[in-house]
Amino acid sequence: MASNKTLLTYTLRQADDSMILGQRLSEWCGHGPILEEDIAITNIALDHVGQANNFYDYAAELSGDGKTADDFAYLRLEHEYTNLILVEQPNGHYGDTIARQFLFDAFQKLYFEQLIHSKDEQLAAIAEKSLKETKYHVRHSSEWVIRMGDGTEVSHEKIQTSINNLWKYTEELFYMDEVDEELIKEGIAVDLEKLREPWLAYVTEVLTQATLTVPTISWKFAKGRKGIHSENMGFLLTEMQYMQRAYPNMKW
Amino acid sequence: MANKEWALYEVFIRSKNGLNHKHVGSLRAADAKMALENARDVYTRRMEGVSIWVVESNQITASAPEDAEEFFEPAESKIYRHPTFYVVPDGIEHM
Repeated sequence: MASNKTLLTYTLRQADDSMILGQRLSEWCGHGPILEEDIAITNIALDHVGQANNFYDYAAELSGDGKTADDFAYLRLEHEYTNLILVEQPNGHYGDTIARQFLFDAFQKLYFEQLIHSKDEQLAAIAEKSLKETKYHVRHSSEWVIRMGDGTEVSHEKIQTSINNLWKYTEELFYMDEVDEELIKEGIAVDLEKLREPWLAYVTEVLTQATLTVPTISWKFAKGRKGIHSENMGFLLTEMQYMQRAYPNMKW
Repeated sequence: MANKEWALYEVFIRSKNGLNHKHVGSLRAADAKMALENARDVYTRRMEGVSIWVVESNQITASAPEDAEEFFEPAESKIYRHPTFYVVPDGIEHM
């Protein structure tokens, strides 16, 4: 039987991915390229924050030491966050944001499709609820990759550069360690290695349709799961945690 | 080129099965597919609908305000077109 600590570590990884990506996307609020897209991307931001909330609630329950979801979300230090390096990357221009979203959505959809079969009922339930949202996310971001790739010369070049720049962070999507191994044995965690092929197949399909090239960079950068982040993370947390740090326990 | 405005689309939402689609507003999109997704995000985020129609605004043929006199006013004096002259027998409810 997996210890609560292992399950907690695993749950926090999923929570942090959704939380940090949600925070990043919410930076677009009021700054979207067009009104309709501003609403779309902030809807998606809230979907991610909602997913994070569910995972953090479960984490709080597992921790058993009186911590709340908010404690996990807003009061940890940088090295205690175990999200993927990909999701903390800055928004850049809208193509950068869409590229980051597309690479992650394609993965998260496959991930949730497996997690719904988890023997951990809580994780399975969160996955089931989240999957419906994620199916729309991947549709939205894929659609934009195709529009930008197969759009004008300028948009084609920009989105190709975005994809190229972010590609090095995609290896980490499939990162697994002893936490995963222990939980896979018990039918709780998803074997990420099995998602690699379908992920690449889907990404290739969309990029091809978008007349874009699939990058071949194989540089590995996979320290997010161990709490080692890029320089962007500290700035993100400073903004995200400001309210709780400045006004502890405030509610609104 | 960069500032070329996208086409305007009118959005119709069916709030629940069995009801008609009703016009709820408009939005801009590069094509119908994008219009549909934008409509989903802009007009159904608070569970307003179960079905969406979008149609490019310039596909709608509208009556002209200056035609109102000949279009609509003649109907004003035709009260016999309302089925209000029948005596409803006792015992018939919900009429």
